[in-house]
Amino acid sequence: MADTTLTHTGQAQPRPAGLQGVAADWSSDQRAFKNVSWGKAMMWIFLLSDTFVFGCFLLSYMTARMSTRVPWPNPSEVFALHIGGSNIPLILIAIMTFVLISSSGTMAMAVNFGYRHDRRKTAILMILTAALGATFVGMQAFEWTKLITEGVRPWGNPWGAAQFGSSFFMITGFHGTHVTFGVIFLIIVARKVWRGDYETGRPGFFTSRRGRYEHVEIMGLYWHFVDLVWVFIFAFFYLW
Amino acid sequence: MAEATANGLGQHTLHGAQAHDPAATGIAPAEVHQEHPIKLYLVVWAWLFILSACSYLVDYVGLQGYLRWSLILIFMMLKAGLIVAVFMHMAWERLALTYAIILPPILVLVFVAMMVFESDYTLLTRTVFFGAEP
Repeated sequence: MADTTLTHTGQAQPRPAGLQGVAADWSSDQRAFKNVSWGKAMMWIFLLSDTFVFGCFLLSYMTARMSTRVPWPNPSEVFALHIGGSNIPLILIAIMTFVLISSSGTMAMAVNFGYRHDRRKTAILMILTAALGATFVGMQAFEWTKLITEGVRPWGNPWGAAQFGSSFFMITGFHGTHVTFGVIFLIIVARKVWRGDYETGRPGFFTSRRGRYEHVEIMGLYWHFVDLVWVFIFAFFYLW
Repeated sequence: MAEATANGLGQHTLHGAQAHDPAATGIAPAEVHQEHPIKLYLVVWAWLFILSACSYLVDYVGLQGYLRWSLILIFMMLKAGLIVAVFMHMAWERLALTYAIILPPILVLVFVAMMVFESDYTLLTRTVFFGAEP
């Protein structure tokens, strides 16, 4: 507790007027998160807002499922794969879970090697993470195709409550979109690491600001969040 | 303790007599890098695999009822906790950030409770007006 720094300026200092004053006041020396950079704090706040988005999706799914009189299709059977003459329940979903967890593991290690300025290992681990993420999206596309050919639509399906399809496509679709964007940004950051942008201080193409290896950690926060959301989808949508 | 000090300094400032000690100049402390041994990540990775396998087995074995539900929720919360605490480094962040990020999602549980009542009521009206069987 002792290392908390107080922010106060004593006498009121002259402040710029007009629009410049608005910007200066909002970006002034008040700081809540003492040892966290603005980039990391903003990523956390974005993830918080994203939590509410996914929270609302899962809530609406819960409400639809609890309030319908029509029996809900059994996910254990719906998502079973026919392998070697028998139906194995949820096997594809289980593999997808393991793939996403593995990608989280490689991402955490990439962050670590990034702070050690080990460009080669960082970039390789990030590309591996992106590859696992792309594998996940590919398996999800396979799953969607399978369900669509079996007749699942947002407005109905052959096995029970019509809300099953809309909940499924909405929740997994939104999650898959997050994974896809994560893969794209992983490749962008991996390229910057590989090229040594964070060593030479080369300005970013969009922000024109010098990057730091902290960008790898911020990217990692997003990626772990995608994995985190999957934990909840796996429990509530597939195992319920 | 810390709050008392803060209040004291704050009032001090109001009177315009500010001492120039370095702790009060408002310079933020250095941003910390999150560096932890690789082994820690591998251990958490292994645990996430084990917990995922366990929650899959709950479905594979076909447990039902409260046992199924409590197991699924326990494994889910353990996995989420490991990811947030270790992979996202929340365990080493300052409490101000942890509370700002972790507390709001917990309040979603209030929303959950409201929607449970709402859907119970919807189910009741559907049963009453459309009959017990679809």
